[in-house]
Amino acid sequence: MVPNTDEVYGDHISNRFNDELLALKTRFLKMGGMVESQVESALQALMEGDSQIAEEVRAKDKLVDRMEMDIDEEAMLIIARRQPTARDLRLVISVIRMVADLERVGDEAKKIARFAIKLSEEGRTPQGYAEVRNIGTHVMGMIHDSLDAFARLDSEQALRVMKEDKRVDEEYQSAARALLTFMMEDTRNITRCMSVMWVLRALERVGDHACNISENVIFMVKGEDVRHTPMDEAERIVGS
Amino acid sequence: MNTMSSMSSTIASEAQAPEEKVMPVVDEKPEDTVLEEGVTVGKPFADDPKFKLRDVEVLYGDSPAIKKISLDIARNEVVAFIGPSGCGKSTFLRCLNRMNDSIDICRVKGQLMLDGQDIYDAKRDVVELRARVGMVFQKPNPFPKSIYDNVAYGPRIHGLANRKSELDDIVESSLRKAGLWNEVKDRLDAMATGMSGGQQQRLCIARTIAVSPEVVLMDEPCSALDPIATAKVEELIAELSESYTIVIVTHSMQQAARVSNRTAYFHLGHLVEVNETSKVFTTPEHELTESYISGRFG
Repeated sequence: MVPNTDEVYGDHISNRFNDELLALKTRFLKMGGMVESQVESALQALMEGDSQIAEEVRAKDKLVDRMEMDIDEEAMLIIARRQPTARDLRLVISVIRMVADLERVGDEAKKIARFAIKLSEEGRTPQGYAEVRNIGTHVMGMIHDSLDAFARLDSEQALRVMKEDKRVDEEYQSAARALLTFMMEDTRNITRCMSVMWVLRALERVGDHACNISENVIFMVKGEDVRHTPMDEAERIVGS
Repeated sequence: MNTMSSMSSTIASEAQAPEEKVMPVVDEKPEDTVLEEGVTVGKPFADDPKFKLRDVEVLYGDSPAIKKISLDIARNEVVAFIGPSGCGKSTFLRCLNRMNDSIDICRVKGQLMLDGQDIYDAKRDVVELRARVGMVFQKPNPFPKSIYDNVAYGPRIHGLANRKSELDDIVESSLRKAGLWNEVKDRLDAMATGMSGGQQQRLCIARTIAVSPEVVLMDEPCSALDPIATAKVEELIAELSESYTIVIVTHSMQQAARVSNRTAYFHLGHLVEVNETSKVFTTPEHELTESYISGRFG
């Protein structure tokens, strides 16, 4: 069991309850770290045309899936055993929602790895890779920051991640335009460019999941649901 | 806080989850929180209340048990009083039908109105008050009489029935409302003390509602009951709330969450927070409420 050092979730009368909540948190962060490294490795495989790394990413996705199921079960047991309330309840509910997002990020990593293998078989090309690197770095930062916001219960940082999403969308649009230009210049590029396009699409989805995680962090900390909420309303909630 | 640096290492080595101290949501620990007299967060007031209670103080001798509590209880709502032992919730409940009168050293101050009339008016008929504001206690306390006589006792002394058949009707309808009729209809002459605990408690509820009260006060009505009897009583509370105002003191947070519309949290004689029950158990406003309902002290 994790040491009982948490000031927010670790001060119940029942130490077992403390341990359970902290273990849930720790395990979620561990899954987060794993998913982060999956995306990073998938991008590395793509950039370096290394299908070996790509295969590893695909194999490791099973571990990510396993973790999702384990965390879900752990959360369910806490609800059954402890009937958590208030911030404890919000933690458990948020974790259940957020593991689904993490698992989807893992799936996107797997998808990128699949295209990395496909593209490496067709020989390397720099077309669109600069854009992939750009957006990849951006959304990996978002995932990292959203997990960090979770670990520190920092709703302001979570809000910053949510704001980043608009920029990712813009970057994605302009990257798609660039790839379209490549395809128009030479129709032989189309197959390859479409693969890169799918990778970009996957990365854009990763950004969306980072947003979802951040929304849940705000729910955990502030107790207000900011999904489907205009940004200025979310700002007001976080600021209050 | 070196969280950022430790987090970035999660990419490199996913095996090590961070074990850092996290930033607390609130700075105050429960024991540091100073309670201000007469200040309640949330929504303690209602339009057209059944009970209008203002600056209520209760003293046992010189020591205050209730400190300037103001609260409205709306018609046909279920209000749950929760809080750690000794917080004053039972004392406050007992003010509502003057059950504290029987304690010599107990003094009640402030304004306590039932339907706009002073509960503590010197001219008030306390027997009539208690017929309007009935009470169910923690331990089932049936009279050592038959099941029938337990329920018929109140209507008899209040002269609510002129004929035996009328009394029979009251007994049957009360037992039906209490969800007990089918279990006891064939043995109404049996001694009430021979029933199971859960049945006895529902009999006490039947006895309470036999005199057609407007309000039912319940002081931990399920603490001596098993889960099935508890579920039956809770079901009953839901049904009764359609025609009665119910105030329930409970040590079971889950019970308060299940049965009540509003929840009031008491702490050391203060009324700390009153809010919609759904809010209290998901996003309580006061730190003390949060600590109590989530099992952090109490």
